[in-house]
Amino acid sequence: MTSLLQVDNLKTILNASVTPVRAVNGLSLQILRGETFALLGESGCGKSMAALSVMRLLPEVGEIVSGSIRLSGKDLLSMPETDMRRIRGKRISMIFQEPMLSLNPVLTVAEQIGEVLERHFDLHGVMLQKRILEILNQVGIPDATRRMSEYPFQFSGGMKQRVMIAMALAGEPELLIADEPTTALDVTIQAQVLDLMRDLQRQKGMAILLITHDLGVVAEMAHRIAVMYAGEIVEMAERDDFFRNPAHPYSQKLFAALPGRTKRNQGLAVISGNVPSLSIKFVGCRFADRCDQAWDLCKTIAPAWSKINPKHQVRCHLYSNEAEARFQNQIKDKKSYSKKNFVSQESIDNSKLLNVINLKVHFPIHKGLIKRVAGYVKAVDGVSLAISRGRTLALVGESGCGKTTVGKGILQLITPTAGSVCYDGLELVGLDRKRLRAKRAEFQIIFQDPYSSLNPRMRIIDIIEEGMNALNTKAESEIGNRVHQSNLSKEQVVDALLQRVGLLPETKWRYPHEFSGGQRQRIAIARTLAVNPKLLICDEPTSALDVSVQAQILNLLKELQSSLALAYLFITHNISVVEYLADEIAVMYLGRIVEQGNVSEVLEDPKHPYTQALLSAVPEIEPKSKRAVIHLFGDLPSPANPPSGCHFHPRCPKAMPVCSNDYPKVINFSSSHSARCYLYEQSPFS
Amino acid sequence: MPFKLVILWTDALIYLLLVLVIFFVWFVRHNEHLLVPWRRVGHSVSGMMALTVLTIFITIGLLDTVHFRPAIENNSSTYSKVYGVQVLSLFDVIATPLRTSVEKTYSAPFAAHLYTKETIELSGGSQIREFPRLKFGGAHLYDPETQLVADVIWRTVVGIGFGIFIWCVFVASIVMLIAYRCGKKFKQTFFAIFYNETEIPWRAIFIMLALILVLLGSALVLSSYYHIFGTDKVGQDVFYQSLKSIRTGLVIGTLTTLIMLPFALLLGIMAGYFRGWIDDVIQYIYTTLSSIPSVLLIAAAVLMMQVYMESHPEFFDTIAARADLRLLFLCIILGVTSWTSLCRLLRGEALKLREMEYIQAAHAFGVSHWRIISRHILPNVMHIVLIATVMDFSGLVLAEAVLSYVGVGVDPSMISFGTMINAARMEMAREPMVWWALLSSFSFMFTLVLSANLFADAVQDAFNPRVKTLTFVDRKFAPR
Repeated sequence: MTSLLQVDNLKTILNASVTPVRAVNGLSLQILRGETFALLGESGCGKSMAALSVMRLLPEVGEIVSGSIRLSGKDLLSMPETDMRRIRGKRISMIFQEPMLSLNPVLTVAEQIGEVLERHFDLHGVMLQKRILEILNQVGIPDATRRMSEYPFQFSGGMKQRVMIAMALAGEPELLIADEPTTALDVTIQAQVLDLMRDLQRQKGMAILLITHDLGVVAEMAHRIAVMYAGEIVEMAERDDFFRNPAHPYSQKLFAALPGRTKRNQGLAVISGNVPSLSIKFVGCRFADRCDQAWDLCKTIAPAWSKINPKHQVRCHLYSNEAEARFQNQIKDKKSYSKKNFVSQESIDNSKLLNVINLKVHFPIHKGLIKRVAGYVKAVDGVSLAISRGRTLALVGESGCGKTTVGKGILQLITPTAGSVCYDGLELVGLDRKRLRAKRAEFQIIFQDPYSSLNPRMRIIDIIEEGMNALNTKAESEIGNRVHQSNLSKEQVVDALLQRVGLLPETKWRYPHEFSGGQRQRIAIARTLAVNPKLLICDEPTSALDVSVQAQILNLLKELQSSLALAYLFITHNISVVEYLADEIAVMYLGRIVEQGNVSEVLEDPKHPYTQALLSAVPEIEPKSKRAVIHLFGDLPSPANPPSGCHFHPRCPKAMPVCSNDYPKVINFSSSHSARCYLYEQSPFS
Repeated sequence: MPFKLVILWTDALIYLLLVLVIFFVWFVRHNEHLLVPWRRVGHSVSGMMALTVLTIFITIGLLDTVHFRPAIENNSSTYSKVYGVQVLSLFDVIATPLRTSVEKTYSAPFAAHLYTKETIELSGGSQIREFPRLKFGGAHLYDPETQLVADVIWRTVVGIGFGIFIWCVFVASIVMLIAYRCGKKFKQTFFAIFYNETEIPWRAIFIMLALILVLLGSALVLSSYYHIFGTDKVGQDVFYQSLKSIRTGLVIGTLTTLIMLPFALLLGIMAGYFRGWIDDVIQYIYTTLSSIPSVLLIAAAVLMMQVYMESHPEFFDTIAARADLRLLFLCIILGVTSWTSLCRLLRGEALKLREMEYIQAAHAFGVSHWRIISRHILPNVMHIVLIATVMDFSGLVLAEAVLSYVGVGVDPSMISFGTMINAARMEMAREPMVWWALLSSFSFMFTLVLSANLFADAVQDAFNPRVKTLTFVDRKFAPR
């Protein structure tokens, strides 16, 4: 295989703020024809800027300062812009992260793909239409003849990403740059898209530069991997080498920070701090400040490449000198496993804190001049669940299945249509505003997006005090070492809370925009803790965060649970987080719970075909334990018009005729494990 | 007392506004976290330059707000003093030479002759038609043909010199003040300003100030000998009119906004936040209101009020009082009819904000609706309010002009940009053209609106927590 793209010592700066941000600082890589090269790293590491530099599509403030980019020997940087236009879309094309934003909403899909073809192949009229159809069929858009004249809003997220891929493929590129192509998609859809990319690569023999932060996706897709940190590559290896033996402390930490079942009763390894700002000048190793194996040399001299084997190189002093490295490795063994162990609280009383029975939330669809109700979006359609004190129930499902609505319905932020929410023996549905307010302190919510969950115009102290003021909680709180604090002022309580979630008390005078995503999430947690809740509804609290930060937040949540006996309703789509954190799990599909049980039961022996498919679609890191991926076809149906019978039957690989008639009843497999599926109707358990 | 203080309605409101502003400043100064964004305003170059210009305008406007009636020389020996019916302002007193030097009719800027030919009877009894000399403009010249240009240049130079002198005094005193407050030496402070190392961009302010003072100085010197912007149809000095118009513009811009804001804020946020039937009602109100042509609505209201005022002349002891009340009503009517667009904007924003997670979190804490509105929604829509009001400010000044054109604007006796433009518009068609009235009102309006816009920009930047403004430290190390 010959080298297709050769990047040497690329330096890109952004003149956005006061000091230039060195987004890419001395990046060198080589992509061979037909291979998938993964660029792995957390957000803010300069991955996307590297990709945009290759395309020469940097934002206005961006500037390539030095280095060279060669596409099969041709220098891209010295090319005039007009020639570059002949390269983009033709020889190199790009897929972006957000399919909703990368398609023009006022042009039909065919027009958008046609643009590329007209430009690069000079196709017109019938020929053009034929080619568009061909490409759409290639990326697996069903009923392409009809759908090619539709607009992007008529497509679902997964379909839009397929259209994006179709556009990228239209030029038959030699190199496809995929910038987080599946981050915005659900696991089942992600599996489809990744499969598609793999197939197309095999057919066309094109190279893929895959940019991602997801180790699972890398493990599934990549041939070679480069780990990027703070603008430079710190490790480069073949896939198997990398996963068997990650060399750089940063790579090791990334693995250790991944939640999973095996780590249940221990804290996750965290990388302290955040990715450093790229506007500072680095002396020594960029990771030194966060590295627990760093020693003096790391802080003074930037490490050069050292080779572990011919195809595995790493930028770390640990490997520069054999003897030194061995010495350091010994320390590492001692250090990195001194993790906190959490005592799993078995002694907790089993009384149900929250009992939800047949909860329904229907949103009316208004039509016509007088806004008559034309139908209902059945976002939540009969959900029953129960949470005990100090336990965690995970609610799992694809986006759009109504998970978040369940959470808001329980909190009475949305008035449920029917059903009962019983909190500690008190019925919340229909409770008058005043009495509900008195109870509000006991159940709180943490939101997904730490950027929109804090008011940007309020200081941290005001944010945290808000709940206390509104609910008149006296400072008798249990936070801060459970000392009786009734004589403490509010400010001291805020200090204690901030310390509790791992922030300095001085930060209370600042505004939210001065904090990183993880820190904001800590503030959001501190805000809820201020009112002493017993139940926390965590609505995907880590899905907007990087792996290392996610580990910090998960550790915090786990620690809080063990010390304050909080109960969590953990809403997520991330199975590995569920494995790590949850005691029980409920799988939701289109407004209903299809399977429910203890974590071990459900994850080890999933009964419902949807659960099986969901679990199999999760990209696995360990190559050995790879399960056969069960492919689901199509997307989640609309909750306004759910399929008859079992909602899942149109996508179910094991569907039977009976499935389309009635919704299946609950089948119990054990005292805790149950599912709703006709497959087990005659099973001896029922 | 040689005069009697008169407080007109708009004066009272302006005083009230002034008190509010002073109280606000005092309040902000005692709250460190409120002070921070305003400091950032102080660090913005364009903002501070605009503020310098605005200060001049506001000073003129405020001087023009202090109204009184001078006592009349009383020959009859009664005890009670008699005050004139003419209401003057402090500004009128300062600008007495401008106010009183009235020509016969049009004259061009810096002209020594009238703009129209007149039949002049010579001493011999014969008549000729020629441009007669002005009574005031260039009256000191013996032979304008030869002397005018040189005289104008000389006086301009004198004016500039005068301006620079004032500027020097001003700069020296400010530098001294800063040096005193920072506990540094005069020279040190001066060089810090010269090399632009101070936090507040004093250098830019001083440059702006120099420009203003040079212009003002030469204008002052020249205007006592010439009509620097010419005269209008009845021979009044256009420069004086332009300066008088500033107050009218400021009053219409600020008072209307003040009247409009409560409607727009309250109704807009309520509609977006509560939704449901409240939203429907408010939407219907503003849709109805905005579907009526606003000029029609305003004209109807103004005419009704005009009729009422004319049938009750006993309410007003002076013409100025009548004109002022009419101005106030115009502000109210404009305010009541123009809140719809801002209201619609705010409704949309509130609709967006109510779904934000921090509002949801506040709901989860059981925070009351009004508290959510005042603490969460209001601060987050303030930037829209700020931009909209500044945009409206210029729009309102223009609306006043349009209304004056229709004949339902301010009282004809009141000088405003609108009446000036209205008077000038007819003369644009005339040959040779009378262009100066339009030009001068245009340039004054332009400067006023532009500086207001720039200042609002700076304020908005400073209050937006996501935008980081460059401080002086940053400027020093700016890239390349």
